[in-house]
Amino acid sequence: MDFQGRTWKFGADVDTDAIIPARYLNTSDPAELAKHVMEDADPEFPNKVKEGDIIVADKNFGCGSSREHAPICIKAAGVSCVIAKSFARIFYRNAINIGLPIFESVEAGEKIQEGDVVKVDVNTGLITNVTRNEQYQATPFPAFMQQLINAGGLINYVREKVNKGGV
Amino acid sequence: MAMTITEKILAAHAGKDRVEPGELISAKLDIVLANDITAPVAIKEFDKIGVPGVFDKDKVVLVPDHFTPNKDIASAEQAKMLRDFAKKHELTNYFEVGRMGIEHCLLPEAGIVGPGDVIIGADSHTCTYGALGAFATGVGSTDAAAGMASGEAWFKVPEAIKFVYNGELSKWVGGKDLILHTIGDIGVDGALYQSMEFTGEAIRNLSMDGRFTMANMAIEAGGKNGIIEADQTTIDYVEGRAQRPYKVYKSDEDAKYARVIEYDCSQIEPTVAFPHLPENTRPISEVGTVEIDQAVIGSCTNGRIEDLRLAAEVFKGHKVHKNVRAVVFPGTQQIYKQAMAEGLFDIFIDANVAVSTPTCGPCLGGHMGILAKGERSIATTNRNFVGRMGHPESEVYLSNPAIAAASAILGRIGSPEEVE
Ligand code: SF4
Repeated sequence: MDFQGRTWKFGADVDTDAIIPARYLNTSDPAELAKHVMEDADPEFPNKVKEGDIIVADKNFGCGSSREHAPICIKAAGVSCVIAKSFARIFYRNAINIGLPIFESVEAGEKIQEGDVVKVDVNTGLITNVTRNEQYQATPFPAFMQQLINAGGLINYVREKVNKGGV
Repeated sequence: MAMTITEKILAAHAGKDRVEPGELISAKLDIVLANDITAPVAIKEFDKIGVPGVFDKDKVVLVPDHFTPNKDIASAEQAKMLRDFAKKHELTNYFEVGRMGIEHCLLPEAGIVGPGDVIIGADSHTCTYGALGAFATGVGSTDAAAGMASGEAWFKVPEAIKFVYNGELSKWVGGKDLILHTIGDIGVDGALYQSMEFTGEAIRNLSMDGRFTMANMAIEAGGKNGIIEADQTTIDYVEGRAQRPYKVYKSDEDAKYARVIEYDCSQIEPTVAFPHLPENTRPISEVGTVEIDQAVIGSCTNGRIEDLRLAAEVFKGHKVHKNVRAVVFPGTQQIYKQAMAEGLFDIFIDANVAVSTPTCGPCLGGHMGILAKGERSIATTNRNFVGRMGHPESEVYLSNPAIAAASAILGRIGSPEEVE
């Protein structure tokens, strides 16, 4: 499967309070949360972002709290995937668990400029910058995580395991 | 083959003799925790799994502490989901307002977590319990839901960094300053995906409260967990509280570390983290003139009895500056009661400090002390991200409780030494 979309660029250490400020956490409704996605990093972002767009960031994207509302609201806003030089570990885990595709690539984080159109091959992690005619390779997922992704997230994976009497 | 304390605990819970960094394992869980922000999402996911009940009704812990006592209708609806779930599944460890405290102060105090445990919590500061010599790490709601259903979670065994704190602490320097200094040194992703093991003479001499403060902020360096080997101080704390048997693990002498970092504690001053990252630290002597509007003393980082005693010691016989409002948040009902019995509230109230019931409150910009545009707060909390305590154009400076109290009196960030 491929994603192709226009990119929005963010800096280093984008924290979960910037992705979805706590003042909106009195709800867990994805559509409601999406209205405020990335608001404290860029107040205009919720209006600008379009279905299929891609977020590109520097290092340590999603640091801070464990709120799953962060990947949930990014996904609900229509963002197809997130590319960053590195991800904070709880965000990384949450994104995989809920089925928001993420890709780690220092080169991509460096070279992609805001507005570039980028194509991502989900299976191989190959990132093609259509605008600049460049390619970057994202770090592949370990086999177990690929299994989680293929199952459609952690809940499906556990449900299958439970039904097989595995737990 | 030598192992670190974290590797040993994970191996034991994965039913293995040994594990190595990078290995993916499935580990049995001793405790699964969620709060009034993360549990509503976890409960929805749990219901999708289709199991009749939680894996163990004593081991699933729900604490509504973030927006409670509820600040509005929406947050009341969320808290109600926890209450209903706790009733339906007959959870032993559900803490209603009145019994509730800030989760990471409450769980150790109630003996729900202990040495050698593997704990996941849908709250990033779950790493606090590493102070007891447990493996504790923050996860998201979906991980918590899977853990509540299966009693297991998958982990990648982390590499470890060993931090050695040598020498003695100077006056007004505590666990908060050691950890802020460390984060200032290695950066907010300095321990990304790694385990932070805190050792050395200064740690051995640190009280449990000081150790909780340090382990609490491991996540602020990107760490997977922070951990301190249990010693006599730990055992003295745990005895008489532990609800389950516990087990003490220690790192082997020749265990492998990704890095070993040593600090001379006698050189560490009270430390302040400037906006908007915990790594922007400066020693108090280099802070300059920073006027403040608010001082917040409390949170899962510094809301324990020792923290309140320290603040009271500074406030005693003084008044909060006329341009400042100061608020104290005791971490739990027990801490609240003890502070009251020790007369600390008299000192606070005489100094014009507001004392709140236990809650996360302003720490995450929830309620009870939100900042307006352009306002500045010093806080004993753990995060100073943009908008963390209110308006996106407000600012948070992190410090220990003595500095926060002195700053409240001075009207600007300063040391107790400057208070007449
Ligand atoms: S006190 Fe602050 S950091 Fe601690 S659990 Fe509450 S909101 Fe999170």
